[in-house]
Amino acid sequence: MTTRAFQKVYTKIDNITKATITLRATGVGNDELATVGGRLAQVVKIMGDKVTLQVFAGTEGLATDSEVVFHGEPPVLRVSDALAGRFFNAYGEPLEGGEQIEGEPRQIGGPTVNPFRRLQPSELIATGIAGIDLNNTIVSGQKIPFFADPDQPYNVVMADVALRAKADKIILGGMGLTNDDFLYFKQTFENAGALDRIVSFVNTTDNPPVERLLVPDMALTAAEYFAVDKGEKVLVLLTDMTLYADALAIVSNRMDQIPSKDSMPGSLYSDLAKIYEKAVQLPNGGSITIIAVTTLSGGDITHAIPDNTGYITEGQLFLRNDTDTSKVIVDPFRSLSRLKQLVIGKKTREDHPQVMNACVRLYADAANAKTKLENGFDLSDYDKRALDFARDYSEKLLSIDVNIEIEQMLDTAWSLFAKYFERGEVSIKQELAEKYWKA
Amino acid sequence: MKTLGRVNGIISNIVIAKVDGAVAQNEICYVYCGETRMMAEVIKVMGDEAYVQVYDSTRGLKIGDKVEFEGHMLEATLAPGLLSRNYDGLQNDLEKMDGLFINRGSITDPIDFDATWEFKPLAQVGDKVSAGAWLGEVKEQWVMHKIMVPFIMQGNYTVKSIVAAGTYKVTDTIAVVTDSDNNEYNITMVQKWPVKQAIRCYTEKPRPSRVMETGVRAIDTFNPLAEGGTGFIPGPFGAGKTVLQHAISKQADADVIIIVACGERANEVVEIFAEFPELVDPRTGHKLMERTIIICNTSNMPVAAREASVYTGMTIGEYYRSMGLKVLVMADSTSRWAQALREMSNRLEELPGQDAFPMDLSAIISNFYSRAGLVKLNNGETGSVTFLGTVSPAGGNLKEPVTESTKKAARCFYALSQGRADSKRYPAIDPLDSYSKYLEYPEIREYLDEHIEKNWVDAVYEGKTIVQRGKEANDQINILGDDGVPVEYHERFWKSELLDSVILQQDAFDDIDANCPIERQQLMYNMVLDICRKSFDLVDFEECARFFKELIYLFRQMNYSEWKSERFEEFRTKIEALVNDKLAK
Repeated sequence: MTTRAFQKVYTKIDNITKATITLRATGVGNDELATVGGRLAQVVKIMGDKVTLQVFAGTEGLATDSEVVFHGEPPVLRVSDALAGRFFNAYGEPLEGGEQIEGEPRQIGGPTVNPFRRLQPSELIATGIAGIDLNNTIVSGQKIPFFADPDQPYNVVMADVALRAKADKIILGGMGLTNDDFLYFKQTFENAGALDRIVSFVNTTDNPPVERLLVPDMALTAAEYFAVDKGEKVLVLLTDMTLYADALAIVSNRMDQIPSKDSMPGSLYSDLAKIYEKAVQLPNGGSITIIAVTTLSGGDITHAIPDNTGYITEGQLFLRNDTDTSKVIVDPFRSLSRLKQLVIGKKTREDHPQVMNACVRLYADAANAKTKLENGFDLSDYDKRALDFARDYSEKLLSIDVNIEIEQMLDTAWSLFAKYFERGEVSIKQELAEKYWKA
Repeated sequence: MKTLGRVNGIISNIVIAKVDGAVAQNEICYVYCGETRMMAEVIKVMGDEAYVQVYDSTRGLKIGDKVEFEGHMLEATLAPGLLSRNYDGLQNDLEKMDGLFINRGSITDPIDFDATWEFKPLAQVGDKVSAGAWLGEVKEQWVMHKIMVPFIMQGNYTVKSIVAAGTYKVTDTIAVVTDSDNNEYNITMVQKWPVKQAIRCYTEKPRPSRVMETGVRAIDTFNPLAEGGTGFIPGPFGAGKTVLQHAISKQADADVIIIVACGERANEVVEIFAEFPELVDPRTGHKLMERTIIICNTSNMPVAAREASVYTGMTIGEYYRSMGLKVLVMADSTSRWAQALREMSNRLEELPGQDAFPMDLSAIISNFYSRAGLVKLNNGETGSVTFLGTVSPAGGNLKEPVTESTKKAARCFYALSQGRADSKRYPAIDPLDSYSKYLEYPEIREYLDEHIEKNWVDAVYEGKTIVQRGKEANDQINILGDDGVPVEYHERFWKSELLDSVILQQDAFDDIDANCPIERQQLMYNMVLDICRKSFDLVDFEECARFFKELIYLFRQMNYSEWKSERFEEFRTKIEALVNDKLAK
C-alpha cells in the first residue's frame, strides 16, 4: 500500500478489542481504509471524533501508540486484462511475490445493477453431470450453491463444473481454503491448460479469518470488469461461504451487536444477498454466474447460514452419499435450480421437463418402498421394480462421476422407464410417450 | 426555513445528525456526501440529535457533512400514469435511470409530468365535495382513472369551477374548490400522500362478500381468497412461493395488480419484466403489464428502502381502490421487510424481542394488513384492496415471530410444505394445515351458492375430509403394512390421492393447466367428488392402486387438454367407462 505525502499520522489508539480499534480522528470517511501498525483496517463506525476500525489481520500485538494512517478511500482493486492467470490475496495483492497489476483502481462492493437493465437468463450451462443438467439445469447469470457436508468432494465437483462450463473467465474466491485444496484448484486448472482464463483471490486457513470478508467483493469486482467492460461470460466460484459468514459473526460480535438466530448477525441475509445478487445476465452479452459452496453441519439446512443462502440463491445442489450404490449423488429431492424452467424443454429437447419430473416421482416411490422394507413389510411388485429403477437411476444419472450430453441423459431415462415400468405407471403426457418410449 | 443538520455519527446506514431546529419523527431529509444527495428518514430523536436511516450506502460520508430536513414524511406521488411502471421502494422510476448501475442518490420522477390526458369532468359547479370525491376522470390504459379531491384536504368543500372536457397536463388546475370560509384551493391531477398512513376516504369497511378468482385450484376450490381479504403464504425456500405468487399475479381477477418485490431476487423481477409485457390477461384481452405496477427493492438494494417499498405499494393500492377498482397488492416477501426492521432496531441498540426482532413487530404487521379491505366509498361505489403476502420462515419453522404475527393478522393461510415440494406436488399448499377463514363467512357461503352451485362450501368440506381420512388411512398402511389393513383403507387412501393429484396439484408451467377458471374447477371437482363417493369392487390393494393410478393418469390428461375440446371429452368418456367397470355391484 502506498502512502501519500502530507498524510496525517495518528499515534494514539484509545481502545483495542480482538478485531477492532478506536481512536480520535477527524475528516475520516465511512468505509475508508487505513493502515494500523502496518496492518490494513477499515472504518466501521464513526461517532463524533471517535473512529472505530476493523483490523483485518486481527489486533494481536498492536500497541496503543501504533501508527494509524488513513488512505482516504475504501478498498479498491486495480482492474485490467493483466488480472487473468494471476493469484491474489484478500487485499488484491499478488501472491508468490508477483508484480503489482497496472490498471484502473475500482472500489470493491460497488453499486447494484438496475433490475430494469438486467436481461432474463436464458443460456444453459452444461456440466455433463446429469444430477445437474437433467434435474437442476444451471443457467448463465444464475447463483447457486452446493450444500455439502465437509467430508464431501465439493471442491472437486466445483472444479469439474468450472472447467466444463465453457466460461470466458473463471474467478475463484477462496475463503478459509486449506492449502491442499488451494493447490488442488491450481493444479487442476493448470493441467487443463486453463490458467490464462482464471483469476484467483485466496484466503487460506493460514490467513486471519476476518480478511475473508474482502474476498467475495474482490472476486466480484474482477468479475464485473470482465462481464461489464469486456462483455465476457464469467463464472465465479466462492468456497466456502459458511466460513465467510463465520467471519461476519466474529466482527459483529466484537462490535457488540445483538446476535439473531445461530449467533449470526441480524444483517446476515442482506450481507449474503449483496454478494450473490452480483450474478447477472447483462444486455451486452456478458454474464456473471456464481457457483458457491456452503458447508453444512450434519446436513442441517435449517441453520441460519444455509437457510438464508437458500432464500437468496436460485436453488441449491445437495450432495449426498448414496448408500445403495456407494456413490456421491446430487440429491434429486433436496436440490433445485430455480432457473431451469427458462431452458428445459426450450433450449433442450421437448421431453426434458416431463422426463425429469417422472424420474423424481418414481425415485420418491422407491424411497417409500425402502421405508416399507426397513419397517419389515412385504414389497409389492411395483415397489420392487421402483427400487431396481432407483438403483439404476442413481448409478447412471445421479452420480457425480457421470459426464454425458443432455440428450443422452434423456434417452437413458426413457430406457430405464421401459425397463421397469408400464406407460401408465410413468404418467407422462401421451404425445411424448408415443414419440420417445423405448419399446 | 428548512431545518439543517450536520453529520455527527455514522453506524452503517444509520446517521446521527446534530440539528439546528425542529424535526419530526419519520420526517424525510437529505444527507449530502460530496455532490451526492441521499434520501433518509428520521427514526429517533434524542435532544438535538436526529437518528436517520439512509436509503443508500453511506460509504465515504464524513462527520460534519450537511443534512437538510424536508418537513414532510415519505410520500407517494399519486396521479394518472402510474400503471405499467417499475419503481424502486421510494417510487423512483427505474426505467428512467441512466446507466447499467443504480448510482447513489439517483432520483427520478414517478410519473411523466409533461404527459397530457383526456380529462372528462364528473362533478359540477356547486357540488359539495370532500376528500376522495371524484371530480373527473381520464383513461389510463383501460382503467377509468378518477381525479379526486386530494386525500389530505379535510372538511367539506364546494366546487367553484371545473374545466371542460379536453386535454390537460397532470399539473394543470382542473378544478377550484372553496371551503366554508370561501378560501380557494386549486386542484390538479396530482396529489401526494404519506405512505405510512392509511387512506381513509370511505364511509365503511364491510366484511368481504365476494371471492377473488385466482385460477389456482388449491386456492379457489379449497381455500378461497375473498375480494378485499388478506392472505399469506409461508413456506421454506424451494417450496414454490414465488412461482405461486407469479401465477396469481397473472391470473387473478383484479383491475389493478401491484407487485412488491421486497428484498427478494432480482432475476424474479426480471422474469416479470420479460413476461408481463407479452402476456395477455385472459379476462380482458389486454396485456398484463397494462394493469400492473411493480415496486422493486431487491435484496441487494438499500435495506432501509425495503420497509418503504411495502408501504408505497399499499398506498398506491388504496389510491386505486378509492376509484372504485378491485386492486390486488402482493408482497414477496414480508419477512425481508421484518428483517430490515430488525437491522434498524439492532443498530439503534433497542432491547430485542424474540429472534432479535423488534418488540412491536406484531403490531406493525397487523396494522399493515388492516389497510387491505373492501370499502364503501362516499359516493356509494365499492372498491377493494386484497393483500397477499409471502413469508419466508427461518429454517422453514412456522413458529418463528414473523409467521406467528402474520397468522394473527391474515385471514387466509396457505402453508407451503417441504414434504409436498420434495415430492414435486406443486403448488405445495398443504391441504390440511392451510385454511381460509372466509369459508366460514355466511356472506361468502351465499356468494358461492349463487356463483358456483348450491352447497358448494359443504362440498369443499367434504373434500377436506377425504384428504384427512386418506392421510389417516395411509398412516395405518405404513404402520400395519399393505396386507395388514383391509382393502377399504387402500381405497380411502387412493381417493385422497386422486383428489390431491387432480385438484390440488396443478402444473404452473403448462399453458393450459396453469390457469383453471372456476367453471372448469367446478366440473373437475364434482367429477372427483363423485368418484370418491362411490364404492368399488377391488380384489386387493394392488388392483386398487392400479385402478386409481389409471384414473389419475386420465384425469391428468384432462387437465392438460383444452377446455371441452374433443380430447377433453375423450378422456372424460374413458374415465366414466373405467369407473362404471369397477363399480361395486
